[in-house]
Amino acid sequence: MGPRNPSLIAGAALVATIAVMALLGPALVRTDPLAIDLALVLAPPEHGHWLGCDALGRDILARVLWGARLSLGVSATVVFVSLALGSLVGGAAALVGGRVDALVMRTVDIVLAFPGFLFALALAAILGPGLVKLVIALSAMGWTGYARLVRGEVLSLRERDYVEAARALGAPPARLLVRHLLPALAGPVAVQATFGVGGVIVAEASLSFLGLGARPPTPTWGNMLEAGRAFLLVAPHLTAAPGVAIGAAVLGFNLFGDGIAQAVGVRG
Amino acid sequence: MTNLVRRLLALIPVALGVATLTFALIHLVPGDPVVAMLGETAAPADIARMRHELGLDRPLLAQYASFLRGVAHGDLGESISAHEPVARLIAQRYPATLELTGAGLLVAVMLALPLGLVAGADPGGAADLGAMGFAILGISIPHLYLGPLLMIVFSLDLGWLPLTGRGGLAHLVLPAVTLGTALAAVLARMLRQSLVQVRAADYLRTARAKGLSASSALVRHGLRNALTPVITLLGLQAGGLLTGAIIVEMIFSWPGMGRMMIAAISARDYPLVEGCVLVFALSYVVVNMLTDLVYGLIDPRIRLGA
Repeated sequence: MGPRNPSLIAGAALVATIAVMALLGPALVRTDPLAIDLALVLAPPEHGHWLGCDALGRDILARVLWGARLSLGVSATVVFVSLALGSLVGGAAALVGGRVDALVMRTVDIVLAFPGFLFALALAAILGPGLVKLVIALSAMGWTGYARLVRGEVLSLRERDYVEAARALGAPPARLLVRHLLPALAGPVAVQATFGVGGVIVAEASLSFLGLGARPPTPTWGNMLEAGRAFLLVAPHLTAAPGVAIGAAVLGFNLFGDGIAQAVGVRG
Repeated sequence: MTNLVRRLLALIPVALGVATLTFALIHLVPGDPVVAMLGETAAPADIARMRHELGLDRPLLAQYASFLRGVAHGDLGESISAHEPVARLIAQRYPATLELTGAGLLVAVMLALPLGLVAGADPGGAADLGAMGFAILGISIPHLYLGPLLMIVFSLDLGWLPLTGRGGLAHLVLPAVTLGTALAAVLARMLRQSLVQVRAADYLRTARAKGLSASSALVRHGLRNALTPVITLLGLQAGGLLTGAIIVEMIFSWPGMGRMMIAAISARDYPLVEGCVLVFALSYVVVNMLTDLVYGLIDPRIRLGA
């Protein structure tokens, strides 16, 4: 960590704040995010309901906090699945080489030639609603980037002197992988994964907005924005809360990614 | 010219791959479109009849072959909900999507150039901090929220611009700004970074030494070189505007292909969904090829190396 890395500090602080809110928020704000109160329809922010109420009189703060849990949970899972799958495929392609490598990379190229969000959108539409299907659709969009990154890094690392030296000294492949390749891979992969979380948060919110994410009444930032669209004039607070939440989360992960990139000396 | 021909030829396998992936998405992914369209309780006879009408009872390879043949002839089948050829429906909506995407691109470039230039001319100065602060906000704010925010301020509060729909230039402004802002922010950051590097270059010191002021040396000698990585990035990101347009069309009720595709998804009109996905993906491929070509025109080294 460099002595002057404000992005890292600001990003880490923002990400930590949002993560804590997602984890503890629902325990602290005990209001039921699904409780309908028709006396409070479109109620502005006031005591008891700090961010006001939506078109069904549901507490917006509670819904944003529960939405954070879902959004961050889905995004973290998607990034983890994409990263694991992509690293495995990319790493294996690089180490095996030859026809397997060529075949894998042609497949990756074709998926990458396809616009990522459209791929996730089409897949989510065909698979139908549900959280597991949402994770599948978003991971299918994400794994190729990691596959290409890990393959490239492994290919270039293999030629480095210290790896050659270790091999010449008779280190078995497993030891090469664990001692020499994985530590060098960790930096670039961590940078891409951190930026990736921000990207997946937006993609998840967009699919929810389009009605392809978690089903209502489950609160997600995306479906809250969609629901607020009809009330922009009379109740702009409906869109403000989830909108700021998405913006803050993406800002946090972008800054954090910038910071990590600086710290490990990778171009972000 | 041979370069152009080679690029066009290279497009064929990619387009084939993209078409194949589209077909696979619709036909291989679990979930029966006919059951989805008719409902779980539909009579088996109705399901069988519809499957036959859509040609889904034929072997997969035969379906794939006729899909490819159709695509090559511009025949994308018939929409189930509109009872019209999918190709005609897309042709009606496609210009609106292109208009929005092109305007978004224009906004991105028009915003990025001054922001990046102001920031890169005096790194660490007040203008730099302001421009880069704006850029980091622009990258982080999603279309989903920027759109409604602009609507509240410029349509509902100030009443300057129409809220939704497509019409003259006034209708285009808010959707285009919504679509282009994130790209503008990314490009401005890249231009600033690139200008900071160029400032330290020897040829810039030479330009200063022969008597040019710092700012005119930067604009006359530095900018052209600083733009090369910006254009590379623009090429990588321009295709993303097409998919961003899907969301923006939904926010602003813009009558383009994205909005039609989402409606088709809700109506379970699979032929129309398939056609829209294919045309979006092929457009993306073509945009990427075009930006590659433009890149070659601007940086002769790329052209020679190709």
